[in-house]
Amino acid sequence: MASFTQSTARFTAGLSLLLLTGAFLVEYAPFADIQAIRMLFGARVLNFALCAAIPLILGALGGILCERSGIVNIGIEGMMLAGAFAAFVAKTATNHWALGPSLLLGTCATLLTGAAMGLLHALFCLRFGMHQLISGTALILLSMGISATFFDRDAVAVGKFAPWPVPLLSEWPVIGPLLFNKPPITYVALLAVAVVGFALAHTRWGLRTRAIGEHPRAADTAGVAVLRLRYLNTTLGGALAGLGGGYLVLEAVGQFQEGMTAGRGFIALAAVIFGNWHPVGALGASLLFGYAQAIQNELLLAQATILPRHFISMIPYLVTVIAVSGLVGRVRAPGSLGQSYLRETEV
Amino acid sequence: MAALQTALALLGAVLLGVVLMAVLGHNPWEAFTGLIAGSAGTARGLAATVRKTSPFVLTGLSVALAMKAGLFNIGTAGQFLMGSVGAVWVGIQFEGLPVWFHLPLAVAMGIGFGCAWGAIPGWLKVSTGAHEVITTIMLNHVATLFTGWTVFAGSTLSTTRPGPLWDSTAGPVSASTDVLASARIPWIFGPPLRIHWGIALALLAALLVWWLMERTRFGFELKTVGAKPLAARYAGMRSGWTTVLTMTWAGGLAGLAGAIETLGVNHKFAPEFGGGVGFEGITIALLGQGHPLGIVLASLLFAALDAGAPKMQFDSGVPSDIIQVIQTLILIFVAVPALATWLLDRMSRTQHVSAVAASLRI
Repeated sequence: MASFTQSTARFTAGLSLLLLTGAFLVEYAPFADIQAIRMLFGARVLNFALCAAIPLILGALGGILCERSGIVNIGIEGMMLAGAFAAFVAKTATNHWALGPSLLLGTCATLLTGAAMGLLHALFCLRFGMHQLISGTALILLSMGISATFFDRDAVAVGKFAPWPVPLLSEWPVIGPLLFNKPPITYVALLAVAVVGFALAHTRWGLRTRAIGEHPRAADTAGVAVLRLRYLNTTLGGALAGLGGGYLVLEAVGQFQEGMTAGRGFIALAAVIFGNWHPVGALGASLLFGYAQAIQNELLLAQATILPRHFISMIPYLVTVIAVSGLVGRVRAPGSLGQSYLRETEV
Repeated sequence: MAALQTALALLGAVLLGVVLMAVLGHNPWEAFTGLIAGSAGTARGLAATVRKTSPFVLTGLSVALAMKAGLFNIGTAGQFLMGSVGAVWVGIQFEGLPVWFHLPLAVAMGIGFGCAWGAIPGWLKVSTGAHEVITTIMLNHVATLFTGWTVFAGSTLSTTRPGPLWDSTAGPVSASTDVLASARIPWIFGPPLRIHWGIALALLAALLVWWLMERTRFGFELKTVGAKPLAARYAGMRSGWTTVLTMTWAGGLAGLAGAIETLGVNHKFAPEFGGGVGFEGITIALLGQGHPLGIVLASLLFAALDAGAPKMQFDSGVPSDIIQVIQTLILIFVAVPALATWLLDRMSRTQHVSAVAASLRI
C-alpha cells in the first residue's frame, strides 16, 4: 500500500513541479517567444488548468471519503449538479442582498444540498440495500430531472466570488498570481486536500474510515460503528462534491446551465481511481485532467491545427480513458468496496 | 411476487409524482388525464407511443444483457449515436441499390458501429482493468463530439472543413444529407401516424436476446460469469472473452436503436434533433426484471410517458421535464423493493435486491 501511495504522490509532485518550472521558464527565460512553450506553460493555460481542476479535486475528495469507507460512488456527477443548482437557486433568490452574504448563502446551500445527496446515497445503499451503482445512477438522474423541472431559464445570478489575494504571498512572481490570488473556493479545495489527506492518515477518524473500507467485520469487532461512520463519511463526501458543483456557479461561470457538470463527476471518479484513492494522488490526477482541458482550450483558441475542433475537444475525455486504462496492477481499491455490510450475515 | 413488487414500485413512484405536482401548484388529476390522453387517447398519441417504444426496448435490452454478465453499461447514449451515424453513412450513399439490400446494409452498419463502441470498454476492462462505468461515460462524450463532427457545417471563423456527411444544400445547418428512399424503414402506417417497421425489429431483437440468454451456450456462460465469476473460471469458461463479447452485443443493440431512429423516423442525422437516449435503459432493464418481455412492457410505459408529456404540459401546466423525475422515482422504487413494500405496511422482507441488480458485481 505504501508504495502505491508514494507513487501517486510522486506523480502529483512531479506534475506540479513540471508545470511550475514551465511557468518560470516562460516568465524569465528567452523561451517565452516560442509559441509552443507559451501555449504549454503560459499564465493563461495554467490558470485555466487550475480552474478546471478545482471541481474535479472537490468531487474526487467527496468520492474518496465515500469509497474509502467502502461505498462505491458513481453519483458524484449528480451530487455536483445538485450542488450547482442549489447554489444558483440560492444566489438568484438573494440577488438583492449584498454580494457577500448572497454568495455565502449560495455556498451554504451547495454544501447542504450536497450533504443531503450524500445522505440519500447512504440511505439507499445502507438502509434500503439498493445496489450501489444503481443508487449512484439514481442520484444523477434525480438531480438532472429536478434541476430541469425547477430551472427558471430567465433567472440571472448577479455577481460571483472575486479573487482574494493572500497578503505577501500573492506578490511572489509566477506562483503568486497563479496560486495566491484566487477566489475562496479554490483555497478551500486545496486546503481540503491537505486536511483530508492528513486526517485519513493520522487521525482516529481516518484509521477507522480506512478500517471500515478495508475490512468492516474486523473494524466492527474492534468496536467501530461501521454503518454510522459510513453514513457520516458519505454525507461529508456529498457536501464536498456538492461544493465542486457550487464552485462552477459561484466562482467559475457565474450562471447555471442544464447538465452543466458535463461529465466532470465521472472525471472526478477517474481521478479517485488514478490517484489510488488517496487525496494527494487525486490532486495530481485532477491537475492532469484540468491541464488536458486547458490544453484543449489553448488549441481551440490558437486554431493552430488542421484538426476540427470536435477532435480537439475529445482530448480531456480521451486522456481520462487512457489514464484509467494505464493502471493495471498499479492501483488497489479499498478491500470491501461495493460490498454491503450486514452484521448478521456470516462470511 | 416480482410482478406485485413491480406494481407497488410503480404505485409508489406515481404517488410521489402526485405529491411533487401538488407542491409545484398544479392539479395532478389534470396532469394524469393529459398524460393518458396524450399517449393513448388518440390514434396519433398511440402512434407516438409505439414509435417511441423501440429505442427504449433496445437500450433496455442492451443494459440488461450487460448486467447479466455483471457489467454496467451506462454508455448506451454513445452507442446509440454511433449506430445512428453508421446507418446514415450507408443510407445516404449507393443510389440505385435495391431496398432488400440497401436497408439491411444500413441497419447492419448501425449495429456494427454500436458493437465497436461497446467492444472498446469491454476490451479495456479485460486487458487493463479500466472500469466500464468511466470508460463508457467518457466514450459517450467522445461519440457526441465525433458524430457532431460528421455532420458539422463548417465555420466561418476557422478554416475547418465541413464534416463528411454534411448536407451542403442545407446552408449553415449541421445536418446530414437525407437518407435515400431505398434505405428507409418502410411505414406500417404512413404520415400522420408515422409508425414504421422498426418496432418489429425491436421485438425481434427482444426475442433473439431471450433465445441467446436461455437457449445458447454463450448465454449460459454470460450468466455464469455474471453471477459466479469464480465458478465460471473453474469451469474453464473464458470470462474475459465473454465480457468483451457481451459488451460488443450490448453496444450493437444500442446501435440498432440508433439505426432504427435515423432510418425510420428522422431520415437524417442532426445533433439538434435530440431524440437521443440517456440512462433510461438502466431503469427499463431493472423495471423489466432483466427479462425481454418485461423490458418490452417497461418500454411501452416509458414511451407512453414520453409521448403524453407535451399534452400533459399543455393541459395542466406541469413542466414535461417532470417525467424524468417520475422515471427516476420508478428506478428508485424498483431498485429497492423494500421501499415499495414498506408503502403497503411491509408485506415481505425477503428478496430485497431484485434479481438483476444482484448479479452486478463491481
